This record gives sequence, structure tokens and C-alpha cells, in this order.
Amino acid sequence: MANGSPIVALKGVSKHFGATKALENVDFACHSGSTHAILGENGAGKSTLIKIMSGVLDPTSGTMEMEGKPVSFSKPSDAVDKGIVCIFQELSLVPDLSVAANISLANPPKRFGLIDHKAQNRIAEELLARINCADVNPNSLIRDLSLSRRQMVEIAKALGKNPKVLILDEATSALTSKDVETVYALLGQLKADGIASLFISHRMHEVEALCDTLSVFRNGTHVETFAKGTKSDADIVRLMIGREVGSHYPAKPNRPRPAPFLKIEQLAWERALKGVNLEVGKGEIVGLGGLDGQGQKELLLSLFGVMRGLQGTVTVDGTRIAPNSPAKAKADGANIALVPEDRKTEGLMLPMSIADNLIAASFNKVSNGPFIDGKKEDAAVRSAVEKLQIKVGDVENAVSTLSGGNQQKVVIAKWLMTDPDIILLNDPTRGIDVGTKQEIYKLMRELAEEGKAILFYTTDYAELIGCCDRVSVMYDGRIVSELEGDAITEEAIVAASLNIGTDGEAA
Amino acid sequence: MIERFKYSLRQNRGFYGALLGLIVLYLLYNSLHPRGFSTAVLIQNANEAVVLAFVAVAQTIPVLIGGLDLSVGAVMTLASCIASVLVTGSPAEMTLGIILSVLAGTMFGLLNGLVVVYGRIQPIIATLATGAIAIGLALFVRPQPGGDIDGDLNWAITNAVFDFAETYGFADDGNAAWLQPIAWIPVPLIILTAVMLLVWVPYRRSVTGRTAYAIGSAEGAAYMSGLPIARAKIMAFTLAGFFAGCAGLYLAIQTSSGNADVVQAGEYTLKSIAAVVIGGTSLLGGVGTAVGSIFGAFIIRIIEFFFRINIGSFSIDPLLQTLFQGVVLLVAVSLGSLRLTRIKNRLDVFR
Repeated sequence: MANGSPIVALKGVSKHFGATKALENVDFACHSGSTHAILGENGAGKSTLIKIMSGVLDPTSGTMEMEGKPVSFSKPSDAVDKGIVCIFQELSLVPDLSVAANISLANPPKRFGLIDHKAQNRIAEELLARINCADVNPNSLIRDLSLSRRQMVEIAKALGKNPKVLILDEATSALTSKDVETVYALLGQLKADGIASLFISHRMHEVEALCDTLSVFRNGTHVETFAKGTKSDADIVRLMIGREVGSHYPAKPNRPRPAPFLKIEQLAWERALKGVNLEVGKGEIVGLGGLDGQGQKELLLSLFGVMRGLQGTVTVDGTRIAPNSPAKAKADGANIALVPEDRKTEGLMLPMSIADNLIAASFNKVSNGPFIDGKKEDAAVRSAVEKLQIKVGDVENAVSTLSGGNQQKVVIAKWLMTDPDIILLNDPTRGIDVGTKQEIYKLMRELAEEGKAILFYTTDYAELIGCCDRVSVMYDGRIVSELEGDAITEEAIVAASLNIGTDGEAA
Repeated sequence: MIERFKYSLRQNRGFYGALLGLIVLYLLYNSLHPRGFSTAVLIQNANEAVVLAFVAVAQTIPVLIGGLDLSVGAVMTLASCIASVLVTGSPAEMTLGIILSVLAGTMFGLLNGLVVVYGRIQPIIATLATGAIAIGLALFVRPQPGGDIDGDLNWAITNAVFDFAETYGFADDGNAAWLQPIAWIPVPLIILTAVMLLVWVPYRRSVTGRTAYAIGSAEGAAYMSGLPIARAKIMAFTLAGFFAGCAGLYLAIQTSSGNADVVQAGEYTLKSIAAVVIGGTSLLGGVGTAVGSIFGAFIIRIIEFFFRINIGSFSIDPLLQTLFQGVVLLVAVSLGSLRLTRIKNRLDVFR
């Protein structure tokens, strides 16, 4: 651990959202010239912590000190003024403005009181060159850049604010491997310059490679802070989840691989999919792995009829299908359900009631002619709530009143009501609590046992290992590796994700 | 330089499309007009288009932050009624009247901004209400149509530069050699250009202006970047009031009168929205420019001009003009949605 007085220290900080305790009495400190990892499961309080440090949230109680002096931030710019800069996951970029304008957004260079475009472009070029992104034109609009490039612009923007404390929240998750290396080098350089970096990542090998200090959070409390190398990976994981790994996944059945039910051949779309071959049998859970943005989401959306201009073939039970809308994809013949990535925009109609959301994909099952039958609706809603054990007060309440985990259950229940043969899951456990996660794992296995074919995309390696009969790892729009049974290991998935051999060093 | 233009072309298809459409339509109109390509036609057209152009500019700024201002036509009416009372008498009195008319519009815009920001009311409904208030005030100022605006001012401002110089007796009553290259330009176009250069261009390059774009594009990102959101919203509506005030002032001078006409106010508001869309500004906010809206306003007016000329022996029954205008407008606006046919991810349609 670094010596001397900390640059930022939190003392007894709590943050409550209604009855939910996101952070409870947290003491935390970080030091200049250190790269400090913050580890913890989703919902452990990591993002609440950095939001408090960067002025997005006010703590319910407790104090924060910077260089020994108490500070309080009422808005993000207050934190920036003090030198705490956070790299959000592309949250702070304005899509319709140019790269240069975004980099100098809040504090542009001026001439005669007006924004100086030339100086602005020069600043952008310098910062982009510093992070090996000279190929990004400062005049491009953010909306025209790839996710990886956007993230790099976000990093350039943060560097332009001359941070004393730089917070990277999953900043490498969307990056290509080349950019990841650049960020690694940059972090080393920042450390040498005496800047404190707070690094939030779910990738243990990144943490191992980069950080000197680790802090573990669990259920809103700060469990422990220790220097790198003093604890084994298994110890760290135990600290994070508070119990042994692997125990919360249902047992996988031991049986021969079923015949393919959903068969994808040479599926290509734009630049995101470059010829995907994949088979899923009835009763199988097939995992999609790989780094974010390698075509997994596009693959699921393609199957669900969202993408235009697809090439290749998709067959279900030997019959070729080519749905051109979600309405067709869920209809007879294909019978596909997709639990989408963003439940708040694509999964739910937040202001509408729980009951309305539950029946939204299966009106035909609860209607007589053009009218919805109240009795059928009630019965369907009741059985869905029971089956998924959704904790609801009244099904007529707005779905937005539910917790994240229960909202996700509503999305899943809504699609199960259509009685699908093929279930596509896009990161269904993101941002929900451990208990609900376990219920979802159990449900997935039950559905598979009932004969559904399940294609499951997740960014969490542990889920791929724990839940899936097979795992297909995607890289750059292709499936580069297919793992089965005992071959599904973290090392194998990581190596395949970075498209290197198993014996290669994870970059 | 060329590369910058290439980027600008790709990023502002709507704007350049509107410019191209304007040029083509206006050349076509003039070649069909019996007295086409003459200063007289240009002056007449400019006078009829410039008020809508100002109102369209006014509408653009609230639209850029992702709102709609339904009061621009009403604020224009209020300013024109005030001008019809005040812009008269000695030059000093007239100057004061001009300033007060535009100031009234600006203040009303400021009120809109305060109501939207601090009342936390959606712009469309807030301005629906304040628009009615503006008409009410206009009726109070001028219960009967009329006014006594200075005749010299009316003549000087609604004609070419030559007439302006002649009226106020400078540049040898407009005959000086140096004036001749610009003597034919209609004064309304010069006023519009000057106001845009003095107000819109600096605004576009200020932090407040850029914040307006950022709010329309991604308000969350604007907040996270520490931009002055409340100030930018208030400023957007205030500027809308200013430009609507300019429109009202010009309308009053042009017609030498004021008229608290509810129907006219509503028509200007609705046409301003159409002009903004034709000019390449997204109703969702974040994309577009006020200059494009001026082109949009001109295009709307030119389409109307077409109905006045006989093409060969063919002319359109005046009773059907409104119907045809609606159809043409629909076609013009739908050109802007052509890009949707190229979208490869159908979800992007909703983004």
C-alpha cells in the first residue's frame, strides 16, 4: 500500500436510496501515484462510490476529504475543478457534436470570447496522439465512431482536464485489444506522474497486470484493502462474493449433445458479423462469450429480425427462417424470444403497469378477437408472477416501481408467456442482485429441461462457466472458439476472447 | 480545408439539401415568372419571406434543445402591435420604439425560459399557455387593427438599398458610384443577414450555444460534463423571443400597422416548425442550424409564390392552393426521412 497521506479519503460515507442501502458506513482512501483497483460484484456499491467521488450523487451521511481538507461536490463540474475526473462508459459524450468539441466541451479554448475551432482541433489532436489515436479525425461526429473509438475519445477528454485522481469505470470493456494496451501504457505513465488512478474492472487479469492496491466491496460495505500479491485469486473472489465460487449454479445434466434445432450458417451483417456458424439444440444452453462489441448483440438482434441486409442462412428445425421484424420472429414458425440488452428502453414500458408489461408480447393469447379478455389476462398475469416469483405488491402498479431484479423477471416472464422454442438472452443478469441471479440461472436450466433452445450472451465469465453446456467465443464478428464441458475454463475463455492461444499470455 | 468541407457536407446533409432545393426552386420560379430575375420581383419576394425567416430562426433554437416553442407567432404579433404604436414621431422616438418592440419580444422569451426551467414544465405546453398570454397582451395594446408607422421608414426598409439611401439622403441620394454594386439588394435581406451575423454566429460559437446542442443531443452527457444546462435553456427561449420580436418589428414596419390576429400568429408558428424541419434541423434536438431554417422559410414562401404565376395556360384554382401547398410540404419534409431506408439496424429508427 502507498505511504503518506491520502489524496482522497472517505469517512463513514453512506448512501441510501429509499430502503436500499447502496453504501453503508464506508471508509476508503486512495493515494497519489498509485493504481488502485476496486473490486466487487454488481450492486456491491462500486458505482455509487465513484458517483459520490465524482459529484454525481450526494452522500446521505459521512464526509469526503481531499488532500486533508473536507470537500463536498454538488455537481460533476465541482469534482472536476478539484481534479477528480471520471471516465464514464461513454456517458459523457454528446453524439451530435464533433470529437474536438466533445474533448473541450465544458471549457473550450476561446478567442475574442468565442470558441476557437482551430485551437480546439489542436488540443484534440494532441490528446488523441498521446493515446495512439491519431487516426481519429477531430472533425468527425461522435455518432459516426465505433464504440471502441468513442471510449478512447472519452479517455482523451478526461486527460484534457488534467486530473489528480482519474477514475476508470469499466473503461476497457469496450476497447479493442490494441487500445487496451494503449490504456495499460497510459496508466503506467500516469502512475509515474503521481496521479491516483481508480480502476474498476471485472477482469481479474487486468487488475493483476495494472494495479498495486486492491479494495474489495460487497453489499455496500468496504470489505478490505490490501496490496497486490498478498492474496490469491481464490481469496479475492471469496471476499467479493462472501462464499465459495460455483456453488450458486444449478447442476448441468450429463448427456450426449442434442441434435441442432437452431442452425446458423455463414451469417453476415455489415461490419459486425463476418460469417457466424452456430448450432443450438433443444435442451441446450449455449453461451456467447468474448469481449464486448465483438458482434454478440448484433447476432442476437439478427436472429430476432431487427437487422436489415443479412446474409447467410438461419434454420429452425430444418426450416429456413428470415424474419424481418420482431413480430415475425416471435410468430409461429420461428417462435423466438429475445430478452433485450437494455431493459429500461427495450425490455419494458416503464410507466405502464406490471400486468400490461407481462402480456405485451402475447396479446393474441389473452384476447377474444380484437378485445383483451380481462379474465384470461388476470390468469396469465397471475401464473407468470407465480412462476417467476416476482415480488409485487399489486400488478397494477407501474413496472418502474419494482427493483432491477424484479423488473428483469418481468421481462423474462413476458417472453416466456409467448411459449417460445428459442430463447435469446442478452446479458440478462446485468445490474441485478445475487439472489435474483441465482433464480434466473435455475430458471434457465428448467427451461432447457423443458426442451427450449437457449442462446445466452453474458459479459460475466463465471456465468458462462457455471451455466452453459457449450460456450462459443466471438471475436471480430466471428466465432473463434467453441468450448464444451470441462474445457470451459476462465483461461480458455479469456484466451479465446483476445483471440490468442490458450498458452499465450493474456494481453 | 477541403477535408473540413467534406466532413461538413456529410454531417449536414439536411442543410445542404435545403440550400440546393432553394437554389433550384428559385431559379425555376424566376424562369417561369414573366418578370423573372428582376430587382422588383426579388424585393417583393424578400419582403414576404423575411418575417417567416425570422420566426423560423426563433423556432430553431428551442428545437435544438429538444423542445418546441408554440409562442413564436404570438410573440411576433405582440411585438408588431407594440411597434405599431411606438415606431413613430422623431427619429429618436422611432429608435426607442424599435428597441422597445424587440426588447418586449426578448423579455417574453426570457419569461418562457424561466417558466420552462424553473416551473419544470415541458416547453410545448408552457409556450402554448404563454402564447395565449402574448396574444392577450397584443389585443390589449391594439384592440383594433391599425397603426401610424413612419412612412419614410416603411419605404426605406421594404425596398432596395438605393431607395434606402435616397430616402435618408446619403451616398448622393443613392447615386454614388461605390453604392451601385450593392444598390439592387433588398434591404430586408441585409437586415436579416446583419442580425444573423451579430447574434446567431456568436451564439453558435459560445459555450451557451454549444450547450444547447449538447442538451438536445444527450442531456445526461451534458450534465455529466458540467455544462450550464439551466442557463442554456433560458438563453434558448430568450433568443427565440428576440428573433420573434425582430419578426414582429419588421412585420409592423412592412404593413405600416399592427393587428392582434390570432389566426395569423398560429399560421406563423406552424410554418416556422415546417421551415425548421425543411432546413435540416432534427425535431429531436441536437442537429441543425438557424441558417438552414432561413432556407426552409424561403422554400415555403417560394412554393407559395409558384401558385401566383401562370405556367403556360395552366393555373391552379385559388381554392385548391392550400390543398396543394399541403401536399408539396409533405413531399418536401418526407425527403428528409429518406435516410431511414438506408438504416441496417431497425432499432436505430427509434434512436
